[in-house]
Amino acid sequence: MDKILEVKNLRLYYHTSKGAVRALDDVSFDLYKGETLGLVGESGCGKTTTGVALLKMPSPPGRIEDGSKIILAGRDIMTLSEKEVRKTVRWEQVSMVFQGAMNCLTPVYTIGKQMMETLREHRDMDKKQAEELIKEYLGLVGLPPEVMGRYPHEMSGGMKQRIVIATALFLKPKLVILDEPTTALDVIVQAQIINLLKKLKKTFDLSFIFITHDLSLEAEISDRICVMYAGKIAELGTNQQIYGKQGPMHPYTEKLLQATPLLRKKVESLSYIPGTPPDLIDPPKGCRFHPRCHKVMDKCSQEEPPLLEIEPGHMVACWRCGK
Amino acid sequence: MSINENDVILEIKNLKKHFAPHQSLAQTLTGKNRKVVKAVDGISFAIRRGEIFGLIGESGSGKTTTGKLVMKLIDPTSGSIIFNGEDVTITDKERTQAYRRQVQMIFQDPYASLNPRFKIKDVLEEPLIIHKLPGDHVEHERMIIKALTEVKLNPPEEYMGRFPHMLSGGQRQRIATARTLILNPMMLVADEPVSMIDLSTRAEILHMMKDVQRDLGLTYLYITHDLSTARYFTDRIAVMYLGRIVEMGNADDVIDNPLHPYTKALIDAVPEPVTGKVDIIKELPISGEIPSPANIPPGCRFHTRCPYAKPECSAEAEPELMDVGNGHFHACRRYKEI
Repeated sequence: MDKILEVKNLRLYYHTSKGAVRALDDVSFDLYKGETLGLVGESGCGKTTTGVALLKMPSPPGRIEDGSKIILAGRDIMTLSEKEVRKTVRWEQVSMVFQGAMNCLTPVYTIGKQMMETLREHRDMDKKQAEELIKEYLGLVGLPPEVMGRYPHEMSGGMKQRIVIATALFLKPKLVILDEPTTALDVIVQAQIINLLKKLKKTFDLSFIFITHDLSLEAEISDRICVMYAGKIAELGTNQQIYGKQGPMHPYTEKLLQATPLLRKKVESLSYIPGTPPDLIDPPKGCRFHPRCHKVMDKCSQEEPPLLEIEPGHMVACWRCGK
Repeated sequence: MSINENDVILEIKNLKKHFAPHQSLAQTLTGKNRKVVKAVDGISFAIRRGEIFGLIGESGSGKTTTGKLVMKLIDPTSGSIIFNGEDVTITDKERTQAYRRQVQMIFQDPYASLNPRFKIKDVLEEPLIIHKLPGDHVEHERMIIKALTEVKLNPPEEYMGRFPHMLSGGQRQRIATARTLILNPMMLVADEPVSMIDLSTRAEILHMMKDVQRDLGLTYLYITHDLSTARYFTDRIAVMYLGRIVEMGNADDVIDNPLHPYTKALIDAVPEPVTGKVDIIKELPISGEIPSPANIPPGCRFHTRCPYAKPECSAEAEPELMDVGNGHFHACRRYKEI
């Protein structure tokens, strides 16, 4: 399979007055064509930061450090100028549905006008053509063309999310980053949106990076799962490797799964992870998870475990695994 | 299973809350009434002493309005609330305050519900002052320490001098719980208490709340949209749709054996952490989105989205809750056929 994206040694630090917050520290992964890669973890583990880094637009005081490589369709976008990125990468090759984007639609413009703005900024087309294209995309996300004349407050959360998704697909990007696209929605609407995304992925031959904290949701959409903790990858494996019989290998993934309440099975007692994620200005020595880990050994607090491939396609960063 | 009168701590009888939108003079004079929003439209349930009762529903189902009615933050349009054998639907100011001491609330957002300028000690002392509890500072401090110990914040002295921003989301929700416990309430209303908390600590908070409930013999009204935590946390649940209860019963019973098509659809929509579903488009036995409570469909209010709807569902009167035994109620006239 062809790789559409290669991320190598990605480091993104927020330079604050107290020191550098190491939000992403040496993150490497690949994304194949037509694949959905899920990013999961607690809040503050670097999921959204990864998404934003892929668009090469970290929010200040964040900076992508030297030595990081983001190779998109064979081209390292780190070497491109801001102008080139804007012209040829952002929204053209990679687009993103931001967390809570549906609440960021301008309340004073109609949907048609807002969508038109995005389209005409990038494409040289007259109003008539643009309108036709917008109608086509509204149809694809299951909305009637009348929606163009409506204002955001006239629509439900599910409808607004569909509009944001349509806007992200306009310019035919190859990769779409979805940051918690269903978090604020009800379960039934969530399931409808997930179905829609699966259909769109087939229609347009897209690749997705799907960011969520919900492991159950990730199981339904992602081909491979990347579990992040404190700015690093803890485990990366296929859907089968993480959710199958054998289960995950990293103690963090294991605990996260055990903390997920199940609907269809009665669970007497859910487990949880004591403590909170570490301060990334001064992360713990050794494995960053060791102060909260239930399988901690002496070595864990001394040396940082490397991300090793323990079986084909399954990478784990834990001293307990592999050898 | 019949409910013994003495076992019931809170009884809601045919409670309604209709919000009338503002009318202009012209609208009033021409008699063109704007539509009334029927947020809660005739619900009845009883909560037993010492149980955790879950109220489940999507946004717009009226679950939060019900919570506010129970807390007496808003007045009902009609119906009655009976607490501990006493009708508290309409009460004077003094009685309301006394009621609120017995029924306390935990809010959804632990980042917004604690005053950032108050130390934890002050956060916890405030209810004692508001409710004019006897005792001086020393006595209050003893009560604060007791409340902090009850929510397992050990050692309590260490937390008293901190500000909310020095605590994690989970710790804040513990403080919010301690603040309600300090008044020795009989019942807690918790509106989505864990939806803002990280998955890794969500279970910890639910554990803590369950321990507190058991230790102190409390009763909870747990309001949520999340069926999975409801199954884990509650004893009985009621599923709401557009201001009405469509199904009610033991949590395990309702989820393992749902009778109403809406409950079935809700359960089918919940994702689960099992492999092998990536390429599957999920079948959803429901269409569209929840209608506006200002424009409730006639007949069974679910018929517009129900895959099993027949003409009689919209033509005939709305079905009332029916008992199928074992305390399991539902409001679908065709439940046997589906």
